[in-house]
Amino acid sequence: MSGYLPVLIFAAFIVGFGVVSLAVARLLRPHRPDDVKLANYECGAEPIGSAWVQFPVGFYLVALVFVVFDALAVFLFPWALVLRAAGMGAFWVMAGFVGIIGLGWLYAYREGVLEWK
Amino acid sequence: MTSSPVVWQAIEAFVVLNALLVLVAYVTLLERKFAARMQSRIGPYYVGRPHGWLQPIADALKLMLKEDVVPTASDRGVYNLAPIVFLVPCLLIFATIPFAPELGVADLNIGVLFFLAVSSLEIVGLFMGGWGSNNKYALLSAMRAVNQIISYGLPFIFVALVPVLLAGSLQMSAIVAAQQGLWFVAYPGLGQLAFVLFLVAALAAENRVPFDILEAESELVAGFRVEYSGMKFALIQLGEYAHMLGTSFLGALLFLGGWSGPWPAWFGPIAFLLKAVGIFLLVTWVRWSFVRIRVDQILAISWKLLLPASLVLLLATGFVVALRGAGGA
Repeated sequence: MSGYLPVLIFAAFIVGFGVVSLAVARLLRPHRPDDVKLANYECGAEPIGSAWVQFPVGFYLVALVFVVFDALAVFLFPWALVLRAAGMGAFWVMAGFVGIIGLGWLYAYREGVLEWK
Repeated sequence: MTSSPVVWQAIEAFVVLNALLVLVAYVTLLERKFAARMQSRIGPYYVGRPHGWLQPIADALKLMLKEDVVPTASDRGVYNLAPIVFLVPCLLIFATIPFAPELGVADLNIGVLFFLAVSSLEIVGLFMGGWGSNNKYALLSAMRAVNQIISYGLPFIFVALVPVLLAGSLQMSAIVAAQQGLWFVAYPGLGQLAFVLFLVAALAAENRVPFDILEAESELVAGFRVEYSGMKFALIQLGEYAHMLGTSFLGALLFLGGWSGPWPAWFGPIAFLLKAVGIFLLVTWVRWSFVRIRVDQILAISWKLLLPASLVLLLATGFVVALRGAGGA
């Protein structure tokens, strides 16, 4: 795992950069708030109500289809690494698996899940 | 490299991060100059005559001195945390990219997987920003962004696996080594198709025109960052450009052979940088040439065209690789 130590150090430096630059800006910048300035921006009109409302279900359908293919991607990574050694057998297994997922894709297509309404 | 002392690793990470920040800052200047020239303008000029070469520094200083406005209606914790949550994955993707042989933060044996996994984390910060603002434009933009990024993340992953298949490794340096003879973009048939698909998916994953519905100026003002000002805005912009540049580096590495090519070894890293900036300029060129397309068109392109096309391409590559077996690609 020692190979991941530089990654951690790098991540720590990035967080440090973000925090330090925000802190420095806090020391330098002016602070003159007023009610109108702190209202949400809606092109000059007075904001009506909260933005936290219910959302169309279409977004969740896309997310569901995404999860299916994301699971496929998980299996593709190790497959891609060993394919050369494993040969045609491994190829046909994955082709079959993608075929099954493909049927699911076809079903989603015909049910109109992939249409944005 | 992995056995070197912690201090040395820290110094290297620090140098890489600073070099990246400077590079990203100047890439924004490059884009502005390039866009200006496309529109017969001059672009930044007066700050650092004659070509505005001090402009990025002036911008950073200006944003640092600007007042920070936190809307009263916002969810303060989420709102304040979002810029950093957004910035970290956008810069962390560079961790596994070797800029030259043996020069990089960490050449992990899962380099490509690390890049893809970390770069997909940016939507967390993005959505936090859009949700935390409690602004209708920002929230709409964030919803659109998540929708679009997860839709295009899939073809992006599948296409990025094509060079991985050809090289038989996820390690970035091994992928470059596999392209010493022939860049993968020149691989007959498969290489060109994969590169084109990669560019389209990258454009969408970076939310660039023609796929920039999430910041569509004419309808959503500035998208999820509409309420941000000052240094927080700067961090978000920085993250966005870093992500774009990182994807350009990945494209140059996966398809254009990284530092390999018909030149002496010392020119390799410079060539790698030029290739990455070349891809970045291509993206900029597209940005200033095409119009924005609609939400339903964007999703249709991804789910009905790019996704099946990239899967078929991946299987075709797998067929070739399995057929040639240990003979090598």
